[in-house]
Amino acid sequence: MSRLNVILALLLVACALAVIQAQHRSRTYFVELERLKKQARVLDEQWGQLQLEQSTWANLARVDALARARLGLVAPTQDRVHVETLADAP
Amino acid sequence: MNYHSRKLLRLNLAPWRMAAVGSLLLAGLTVVAGRAFYLQGLNTDYLQGKGDAVANRNLTLPAHRGQVSDRHGQLLAISTPVESLWARPAELRLTTAQYAHLAKVLGMPTPELTKKLTRKTRGEFSVKRPVTPEEAVKIAAMGVPGLHLRREFRRYYPAGEVSAHVVGFTNVDDMGQEGVERAYQDWLAGREGERQILRDRRGNTIRDLAPIKTAQMGGNLALALDLKIQYLAHRELAAAIATHKAKGGSVVVLDAKTGEILALANQPIFNPNNRRNYQPGPMRNRAVIDTFEPGSTIKPFVAAAVLERGLFHPDSVIQTPDPWRVGTKLVHDTHPHPQMTVSEIIQKSSNIGAVKMAMSLTPQQHWEVLHRSGFGQLPGSGFPGETAGRLRDAGTWKPVEQATMAYGYGLSVSLLQLTRAYMAFANDGEVMPLSFLRREPQEIVGVRVFSPSVAREVRAMMETVTQEGGTGLRTRVPGYRVAGKTGTAHKLVNGRYAADRYLSSFVGMAPASNPRLIIGVVIDEPSDGVYYGGSVAGPVFAQVMAASLRQLALPPDAPETATRMTQGTPPVLARVEGGRGG
Repeated sequence: MSRLNVILALLLVACALAVIQAQHRSRTYFVELERLKKQARVLDEQWGQLQLEQSTWANLARVDALARARLGLVAPTQDRVHVETLADAP
Repeated sequence: MNYHSRKLLRLNLAPWRMAAVGSLLLAGLTVVAGRAFYLQGLNTDYLQGKGDAVANRNLTLPAHRGQVSDRHGQLLAISTPVESLWARPAELRLTTAQYAHLAKVLGMPTPELTKKLTRKTRGEFSVKRPVTPEEAVKIAAMGVPGLHLRREFRRYYPAGEVSAHVVGFTNVDDMGQEGVERAYQDWLAGREGERQILRDRRGNTIRDLAPIKTAQMGGNLALALDLKIQYLAHRELAAAIATHKAKGGSVVVLDAKTGEILALANQPIFNPNNRRNYQPGPMRNRAVIDTFEPGSTIKPFVAAAVLERGLFHPDSVIQTPDPWRVGTKLVHDTHPHPQMTVSEIIQKSSNIGAVKMAMSLTPQQHWEVLHRSGFGQLPGSGFPGETAGRLRDAGTWKPVEQATMAYGYGLSVSLLQLTRAYMAFANDGEVMPLSFLRREPQEIVGVRVFSPSVAREVRAMMETVTQEGGTGLRTRVPGYRVAGKTGTAHKLVNGRYAADRYLSSFVGMAPASNPRLIIGVVIDEPSDGVYYGGSVAGPVFAQVMAASLRQLALPPDAPETATRMTQGTPPVLARVEGGRGG
């Protein structure tokens, strides 16, 4: 009888420790999950900001001005454009 | 062990001392137990609340507003979180050195910053909004009590004023105020979520206390706008307004096949990124909201009406003596000829010819054609505040009014409406529903306005406008056949037509063999002496059309000019797939 009690008591302690361990793991994972979610949000925001930056640099008025002023580009006049017809165009 | 039996341990104590000590201990125990009972049992809600306040948090999950982009995914509006610097004066502790440092970080003169921060106000106020991410990091590193960063979403319009009238803008509460931002508010707006969490002493989230209400991000929107064409329209319009010292103007570019609005530009403009100097005037989308009397641009509809009923043919000759009397009114022509064909009436924009054609119709028939073409009705673009223009009921028309209606006075239209109506000529009689949003071609169902043959006949007439002898010589686009109609209308000022104030307009399409684009241009009060639609609005049309056709890589349909090459300069190769050009 008393031996059974001892075994049960030991089992109880083991279970209790396992619960603690599981609880701890659950929290650790949860914290990790939260961290990753936050990172995802930060990256999402960064993506938005990069998109904004890209479209600001690619602003057509800016590109137009740079192309004309710095690179000296001009739109080709019609007489300098040759149109080629592709016979087997899809 | 019996203490009483040992002589040494036997104490001779009075019994009352035992009782006294015992009762003192008991009293102490009672106090502690009572206190414990009070805290645990009676005062539990208060303490639980305090505890929750430390560990529990209600978080709002931010939801940003959806993006707006053009048809190719170029950004037109985006919400992005920014930090702004707030101060709570009551808690503010700053040393002089810190003032100087903060001023340097913010790029503000120190005295100005000091003055701003030492302001005696309750609560808190924003010091600078927004601050750049770099500034935010430096400020956070200073760790000054009473200064804190707050994160909020701000709407940016990377294309700025170029697409401002179409995209519109939002107010500080992120509610759409104008344009697409307003029209699609429900779709674009995000809905904030909420979650209750438990935190440990390090501030980590441990678990959720209630089911999470997930944040609904705002939906993205792809407009029909083509940012490149939009930019070209904007640039050419701005240039024309400057050259002709005009009050304003608009350009609309439509896809003739789908009814999509590829570009819509107005002058004057505003910058949606800077809401500080709010002026309602420049913010108005004139092309959609303002109406004007169309003048000669209405004549093709009269021609279509008489062709449709078989009253005239394109080559029928009409006597056009100048002046021509209708009731009490004398109608004049700018370029009088004793007789003209129907085609020439359109080409030379003869008022007398148009009147004589219109008078062969009953008012009801005349009205019906205009009504069918969409005049006096909402164009259906879904743009907030779009106007239906004005077309009075045929029953109220006097003969003089019907006559003036033939050359575009007595009714009013918006540029969008007028350009839409021209889709009937461009698209072999069928008008596609307008759309500010990008659409798949298969989901579009058009409305038949004219029969294909009438539409083609009128289009052929309008092509002569841009040829030798026409009013629209400056609307030509090298390499392409262009059809269109000029308009020059006197402005109505205080109920009278002003002799020296004009609205110059041109609506045209190309390539005329199978039009893909329709462009409507109107210039308000050109005041440098030139005012004919063909000379003021025409060049804007030609520039935007030429660039847009190149942008869309449409094959030229006027081969004789396309292959012309200057000698000595190597040609630039442009590959057009499936093209028919020479």
